[in-house]
Amino acid sequence: MSDLRELYQELIIDHGRHPRNFGKLNDATCHKEGYNPLCGDKVTLYLLEKNGVVEKIQFEGSGCAISMASASLLTECLKGKTKPEFEEIFNAFHQLVTIGNLSEDLTLKLGKLAALAGVFEYPARVKCATLAWHTMKEAL
Amino acid sequence: MLNIEKIRKDFPILQCTMHGKPLIYLDSSNTSQKPNGVIDAITHYYKNYNANIHRSIYELSAKATHLYEKTRTNIKEFINAKSTQEIIFTKGTTEAINLVASSLSFSEGDEIIVSTMEHHSNLVPWQKLGVKLRIIPISDKGELDLGAYQNLFNSHTKMVAITHASNVLGTINPIKEITKIAHQHQVAVLVDGAQAFPHLPVDVEDLDCDFYAFSSHKAYGPTGVGVLYGKKDLLEKMSPYQGGGNMIERVSLTDFTCNQLPYKFEAGTPNIADVIAFDAAINYIKSIGFENIMRHEQNLLHYATEKLNNIDGLRIIGNASKKLGVISFVMKEIHPHDIGTILDHEGIAVRAGHHCAMPLMERFKVPAMVRVSFGIYNTEKEIDHLSLALKTAERIFA
Repeated sequence: MSDLRELYQELIIDHGRHPRNFGKLNDATCHKEGYNPLCGDKVTLYLLEKNGVVEKIQFEGSGCAISMASASLLTECLKGKTKPEFEEIFNAFHQLVTIGNLSEDLTLKLGKLAALAGVFEYPARVKCATLAWHTMKEAL
Repeated sequence: MLNIEKIRKDFPILQCTMHGKPLIYLDSSNTSQKPNGVIDAITHYYKNYNANIHRSIYELSAKATHLYEKTRTNIKEFINAKSTQEIIFTKGTTEAINLVASSLSFSEGDEIIVSTMEHHSNLVPWQKLGVKLRIIPISDKGELDLGAYQNLFNSHTKMVAITHASNVLGTINPIKEITKIAHQHQVAVLVDGAQAFPHLPVDVEDLDCDFYAFSSHKAYGPTGVGVLYGKKDLLEKMSPYQGGGNMIERVSLTDFTCNQLPYKFEAGTPNIADVIAFDAAINYIKSIGFENIMRHEQNLLHYATEKLNNIDGLRIIGNASKKLGVISFVMKEIHPHDIGTILDHEGIAVRAGHHCAMPLMERFKVPAMVRVSFGIYNTEKEIDHLSLALKTAERIFA
């Protein structure tokens, strides 16, 4: 159970159960739907972009704890960020869950998102963890 | 009484560990594990008889052909078909159903009756035809509404395509009754036997179905082999599925004539090694006997149903009075995928997802389910581990 706790950290259980920035954003300038047909996870991202900066970001969706927590943490992390900044975080996050072994520098950059590091041990769950991220990439 | 410990020794994979724990394989409805006899038959063929069949005059090819056709004869007897001409090898149940869908002639306005509990492989091949699907509804227990079924027939009804047993709910459908009603309307019946074939005796004459499709890999045999049983008079009328070698009698530059049954539907070099190994799988099932298999799997079903029902917040979906050893469930606070990962961590392999039955997920208003399914090698002790692991999941998400 100890290493299961590494995957299902309190932070992930909490964000999975009580996702932040959840709900439709009425003044969104763009929204994008993501769907994982393998498990039925769904996420819709709503963005309000101004001068290349993500001013507001919210999401709706349903799915497993990993996919919901990842989407919730994404919205927390990307508020106020630009597209190039997103891309940098995307690459670091992608590396975290698919390759593992992240440098201290990059781990620091990911902040709370590093809580999803345990996903690396469960390749079948990478798609859950990255659903919101790929959706965001398409949205921008 | 079955000696399960002895049976388990026949399956080398059961000695494996996953995440450092002994493998508990509860996903036999997805694919079964393979006994040594099947694994050995594959290497034995490649080491001793490898040659193409039905087309070479040397002894090696004659031996391979003999073994390949021996499987066909064994299957014919196993399911009580009238002739080996009615046994067509395919690459699986899916291909067998697609074969019927594309080789029978359908036209616009035709209707096909299916049910809510069909696997995608018994829905999409018919949807592709552009015909109208009429749906047999199911009850909350997961049983077909036969009254509604009778009312679906009209002058446009061309076919009934129905699963023998649900891969999600475990429900065993009353195929004999379904066939009888269809035949009163002069409508042919195709049965998807992928789930039922490994777990109960199938007698196509008794069922009186027109087509019966099944796979080797769920029945302790290799992947890549399936069978379409079809009544000879219907198969005769159907156009060939694919063109190529073996399925022809004569070919000119502009035309061809078809080979006789069953070869008419077996174009190209088939999966010889795996067909031959499927014979070993059938013999393995025979050596244990369906009476023993069914008793063991029903015991596991009842034992597991009781154990799972004792877990707070767990809801079993599918409570038909006649079920295979299949239990699908959801838990109140935990998504099926998270349950799947937690069980995986304990070495327990289950299926979590929509089970290739999205319409059924919709019927029960859940995005996904967890499914445990049993084979002859499973034990009550493994179910105890499952139950403990589910309690761990509950604790993590509490």
